[in-house]
Amino acid sequence: MVRYILNKLFYMLVSLFILISATFFLMKAIPGDPFQSEKKVLPEIRARLDEQYGFNKPLYEQYLKYLGNVIHGDLGISMKHLNQEVSDLILKTFSASLRLGIVAIIVSIIVGVLLGMLAALYHRKLIDNIAMVLAVLGIAVPSFVLAALLQYFFAFKFHMFRVVGFENPMDYVLPVAALSAQPIAFIARLTRSSMLEVLHADYIKTAKAKGLNWVTIMFRHVVRNGIMPVITYMGPMTANIVTGSVVIEQVFGIGGIGKQFVESITNRDYTLIMGITIFYGVLLMLARFITDLLYVIVDPRVKLSSRKEG
Amino acid sequence: MKKQRWLVLLTLVLAVGMVLSACGSSNNSGNKGASSSTDTSSSPSSSDAGGEKLAADQTLRINFAADVPTFDPAQAQDNQAHTALNLTYEGLVRVDASNKEVPGVAESWEPSADGKTYTFHLRKDAKWSNGDPVTAHDFVYAWQRVLDPATDPAPAYSYQLYYLENAEAYNKKKITDFSKVGVKAVDEYTLEVKLTNPTPYFVNLTSFYTYFPVHKSVKDNPKWATDPSTMITNGPFTLKSLVTGQSMEFDKNPNYWDNADIKLNKIKATVVNSSATEVLSYQNGELERAGKPNGDIPADQLPILKDQYKDEFKLDPVANIYYYEFNMKAKPFDNAKIRKAFSMAISRDDIVNKVTMGGEAPAFGFIPPGIKGAESNYRDEYKDDFFTEDVEQAKQLLQEGMQEAGYTTLPPITLIYNTNDNHKKIALAIVDMWKKNLGVDVTIQNQEWGVFIKNRQNGDYQVARAGWVPDYNDPMTFIDMWTKNSGNNDIKLDNPEYDKLVADAYTNSDSKARMEAFYKAEKILIQDEAGVMPIYYYTQASLTKDYLKGVTIDYSGAVDYSRAYLTEHK
Repeated sequence: MVRYILNKLFYMLVSLFILISATFFLMKAIPGDPFQSEKKVLPEIRARLDEQYGFNKPLYEQYLKYLGNVIHGDLGISMKHLNQEVSDLILKTFSASLRLGIVAIIVSIIVGVLLGMLAALYHRKLIDNIAMVLAVLGIAVPSFVLAALLQYFFAFKFHMFRVVGFENPMDYVLPVAALSAQPIAFIARLTRSSMLEVLHADYIKTAKAKGLNWVTIMFRHVVRNGIMPVITYMGPMTANIVTGSVVIEQVFGIGGIGKQFVESITNRDYTLIMGITIFYGVLLMLARFITDLLYVIVDPRVKLSSRKEG
Repeated sequence: MKKQRWLVLLTLVLAVGMVLSACGSSNNSGNKGASSSTDTSSSPSSSDAGGEKLAADQTLRINFAADVPTFDPAQAQDNQAHTALNLTYEGLVRVDASNKEVPGVAESWEPSADGKTYTFHLRKDAKWSNGDPVTAHDFVYAWQRVLDPATDPAPAYSYQLYYLENAEAYNKKKITDFSKVGVKAVDEYTLEVKLTNPTPYFVNLTSFYTYFPVHKSVKDNPKWATDPSTMITNGPFTLKSLVTGQSMEFDKNPNYWDNADIKLNKIKATVVNSSATEVLSYQNGELERAGKPNGDIPADQLPILKDQYKDEFKLDPVANIYYYEFNMKAKPFDNAKIRKAFSMAISRDDIVNKVTMGGEAPAFGFIPPGIKGAESNYRDEYKDDFFTEDVEQAKQLLQEGMQEAGYTTLPPITLIYNTNDNHKKIALAIVDMWKKNLGVDVTIQNQEWGVFIKNRQNGDYQVARAGWVPDYNDPMTFIDMWTKNSGNNDIKLDNPEYDKLVADAYTNSDSKARMEAFYKAEKILIQDEAGVMPIYYYTQASLTKDYLKGVTIDYSGAVDYSRAYLTEHK
């Protein structure tokens, strides 16, 4: 068990190292830099800026220095948000993304599983058909299109919500809806098919034959087994929601980390690009790691030691 | 079983840890009610001088398309910072609605006879937001900060102060003694400024943010401009809260000397960079103003909004120019006749009427209307009739040019522009006109901003899209960029006569003679050399609710909300 976790952690560190190195060199390879603008900076000032930010050093030296700083937990200072620590910026903006993301994940799971269960229980009936049409729409419509439609109808036409804002609980409704539509659809389909499978399994028939009541069968056997694929999907879903919020944050004016990520690239804000990349990397790796652990908890049949890097 | 419980625990700890670490930061980022609000501002009087009834709630809601990168006047370089700093700071003078200099921190000022020394008399009641008096020393300190070679990061706009005697030498480390630089606090309330050349627009320049004073408390705190609680400012408003990527709030500054003239109590800004969202938010009554200069209106919505919001839709002419640059060192544009042919073979009317549809004025010169001349506007004094659009003549010029350069067919030509829908539409239209009128095939290529600007500045292009925004209200800002050694001379113009005209204009204090020099220079640039192909003088589109009054837009398009107010409305 401990070996498994240590093994995982080791691979995570290796992946992180590769991620940092690749991003660093790719980022430096894009033409342009943080100090470029329509009006050219005077050569003397430019030279001074290069010196202050260490751009006058050879690339490998800059890289080694950056690696050294990262190991000491120093992500540096943003080049566009002047004098702001990258770590501060990440934490400040991530809090908004996290609030949005957690609500979206919870909503996705609850709504998705419920929809899937209903569809399975009423297999080939009207409810099933409605649920599956919704699921197909949810997967097919991109979140930014959905976001614009939601804004237009529910904020502008029906005046139910604000177009922009992220302060009151009501402000969460539209962005969360736009963000969770896709995962809901996916979860609903997953739950439906796995529940259908479980419902026809022998042990359910046995349970019914034993005379267990419906509620016990449903929650002890059907849901618990039917929900397995959903847990597997938690990792990729977290990734989807985290990266999907990049667009949603732009459209709804939410001060989240996704918005900063996009802007940092346009601005060539090197330290911020690296900082957010590392942060995203760690976050996604952790999400997957936790998913793996959860899997074991829910399904004792899965043995950690027998599973290889996955 | 034991193993499982251990796992549950571990998972929980990890999950909770993640949540907590993130929540901890959300508390200090909100910064709500951190400083007690000393709202001494009198509630708006029931009626205004003009007989308009003021709204009870004087809260203005606007949008910024991007975060304000810095609230430090020494480091600011963009539109967003310009608007924010106009609210939180005040320079020696302000510029009013009619583009005239009016007293700011300085009550009065007078130039010396040779026009090289200015003496500013500061008002005694100007205060910082913490109650400290604003003195001449604060200006000396601020200007030294901008010019000091040790300032980190080096202020990119330090050249804005190069008008001061020895300022450039000090900034470029040629001298180390700041007392040799032409700014001196004669006493607490008298500031004496010595200039290298007589500069007729110097007083106007002091209303620009690089010239704003800063409070001495910034000295030992490099992060002062990132946190509202450490920003001590002297303008009509103070920054109350700042949520990165999401919102800003400005409160009326009770310590501002002219706060009786300030009617707004609060300015709330959202930070949305989707122009479609911004317009929808305006339509939904969540904003009092949308569009330029801090936001944008999608180009394809302009004609619709123009009809739908007749009284709220505005197109203000601004002194910016949209043009194409010919690389005079790249074939085939090393030939003047070929350049001229390309410039004459397009229809600027069609571009502004059918493509951009933003009410822009076709440009045949380089200095936009709105820039001051000797008496009135430069463009009223000197017409931009350097050439006319004439397809027949263009064809002939192209033939002659090709003969001179020895071409039977032109080499392949590529036009580059930075990725943007509007630029693309214009490029497509122009390439089509070149094809139709000159029979020349030109490839267009969009490039991401950083890539584009690098290629253009390195001269790796043939034709490139460009735009220019003035630094100050004088034709010089459009003319001295094309001298041989200018860092902005991307067309690689190398004309000794042009350089001489610019040098003369620098040292001449006679307005009329300076304007003559600019006119001759402009003629060389556009008529003789045709190194740039002017397309149009910009307008900026905005939507303003009819109950929002007193917003001023200056010649360059910068906005000042400090004297705005809201009248009664539903």
